[in-house]
Amino acid sequence: MLDADFFRRWMTATAASVDREAERLTALDSAIGDADHGSNLQRGFTAVTAVLEKEAPQTPGAVLTLAGRQLISTVGGASGPLYGTLLRRTGKALGDAAEVGTERLAEALRAGVDGVMTLGGAAPGDKTMIDALVPAVDALATGFAAARAAAEEGAQATTPLQARKGRASYLGERSIGHQDPGATSSALLIAALADTAEADGE
Amino acid sequence: MRMLINVPETVVADALRGFAAAYPDLTVDVENRVIVRRDAPVAGQVGLVSGGGSGHEPLHGGFVGPGMLSAACPGEVFTSPVPDQMARAAAAVDSGAGVLFVVKNYTGDVLNFDMAAELAEDEGIQIAKVLVDDDVAVTDSLYTAGRRGTGATLFVEKIAGAAAAEGQPLERVEAIGRKVNENSRSFGVALSACTTPAKGSPTFDLPDGELELGIGIHGEPGRERRPMMTSGEIADFAVNAVLEDMPPRDPVLLLVNGLGATPLLELYGFHAEVQRVLRERGVSVARTLVGNYVTSLDMAGASVTLCQADEELLRLWDAPVRTPALRWGM
Repeated sequence: MLDADFFRRWMTATAASVDREAERLTALDSAIGDADHGSNLQRGFTAVTAVLEKEAPQTPGAVLTLAGRQLISTVGGASGPLYGTLLRRTGKALGDAAEVGTERLAEALRAGVDGVMTLGGAAPGDKTMIDALVPAVDALATGFAAARAAAEEGAQATTPLQARKGRASYLGERSIGHQDPGATSSALLIAALADTAEADGE
Repeated sequence: MRMLINVPETVVADALRGFAAAYPDLTVDVENRVIVRRDAPVAGQVGLVSGGGSGHEPLHGGFVGPGMLSAACPGEVFTSPVPDQMARAAAAVDSGAGVLFVVKNYTGDVLNFDMAAELAEDEGIQIAKVLVDDDVAVTDSLYTAGRRGTGATLFVEKIAGAAAAEGQPLERVEAIGRKVNENSRSFGVALSACTTPAKGSPTFDLPDGELELGIGIHGEPGRERRPMMTSGEIADFAVNAVLEDMPPRDPVLLLVNGLGATPLLELYGFHAEVQRVLRERGVSVARTLVGNYVTSLDMAGASVTLCQADEELLRLWDAPVRTPALRWGM
């Protein structure tokens, strides 16, 4: 079972991973966006780790809800509301349980991803974070490692697609041939989840 | 890359401190990043709030003041502000008559303003929104994020601001803002990419001797790349792209806008060519503005925005305005 501490460590692991990969995210964004995805997420997740330490929420749901709210208040751009909604909706769907199982987490994440799709109006194949998140949630039933692999594969599969949402869509055909930065950072989030679970022996 | 900055992380805060010191008519909350006209809220008047990424100065903070915006929220460079900023701005300018959000059609701006509207409405503030999407370089379809909001933002903010200053109610101010947007079209051309402080190198690679047609205002590449053209050829291309999308009926407001790194010497020359093309196409120009108003950091290049102005819009355009970047009649 996964408790509040697990979810806090997941967020901390994501922050560390975003720190390490910020330059790569920004380089990807520079090809088809405006070169700030890395620095924006870095700012957001740094704030998330700080607020989780300060407020020490007691349930998995509360950890994710607070993290999501913090992202919305610090990131800006499209990533703030989209990542914020993903975590907030997932947190809300987890409810007040003190501990949750993998199945419950998978269901809640699906609710979070649905929230992102509604907010951003994106569907699979539009070359967005959805292309990493949807396969990851589908695979989570099989296990954390499967989710990590599915997210990474989904992110890589955005390369040949033409962007239909967000700033990259203004490039039209010229967006083809570049991996989507949002799908890439989503794969980092899922990888951090799998790493945290594996470190726990889950 | 050489920039007149301390460190990339504090560029926006540093700029706001300098802005505050230069314009004592405005209240600048540097920490929360909200610029408000000092006499807000003005009793009986609709508040006008806009905002967006920094790097487009004087947009939007430079348009705060009597006759135009009541408040502006600058985000990080090329990144929309966060909902807390707009909600705070709305609370600061609401006199009970409601608040109009002027939003440029970029995904981040739209999402954050939507969330801000929810927050403000929870506080009992009536919110209306005008989405600016004037850029003809982007095809609007179900499968894209739609047209970008660029130069017409200035027309919407000035004209809706004048309507608010007259004491018109929220529905009216909103309707006028929408009318301005529907009657406005823009097209932009880049002669160089721009450099964001965080990245420190150009956002796209534009080789010498080439130009990018149909760019937005965030350093994103445009719709096509061609060998360098003369000012006259660029004017032909840009004006024709606009007129193809919007055959004019009324005299137009014309904005010849510099993107940040093109000197007025070049902009005035370009403006002469734009006027020539408009004359050749039988379009009469009612009012003109030439200068750097909706910029893209240090991008070289220009954009052309036309707005068909009937008598009502023309009267509101001519109404007095007093802001850092636009002032006349008061």
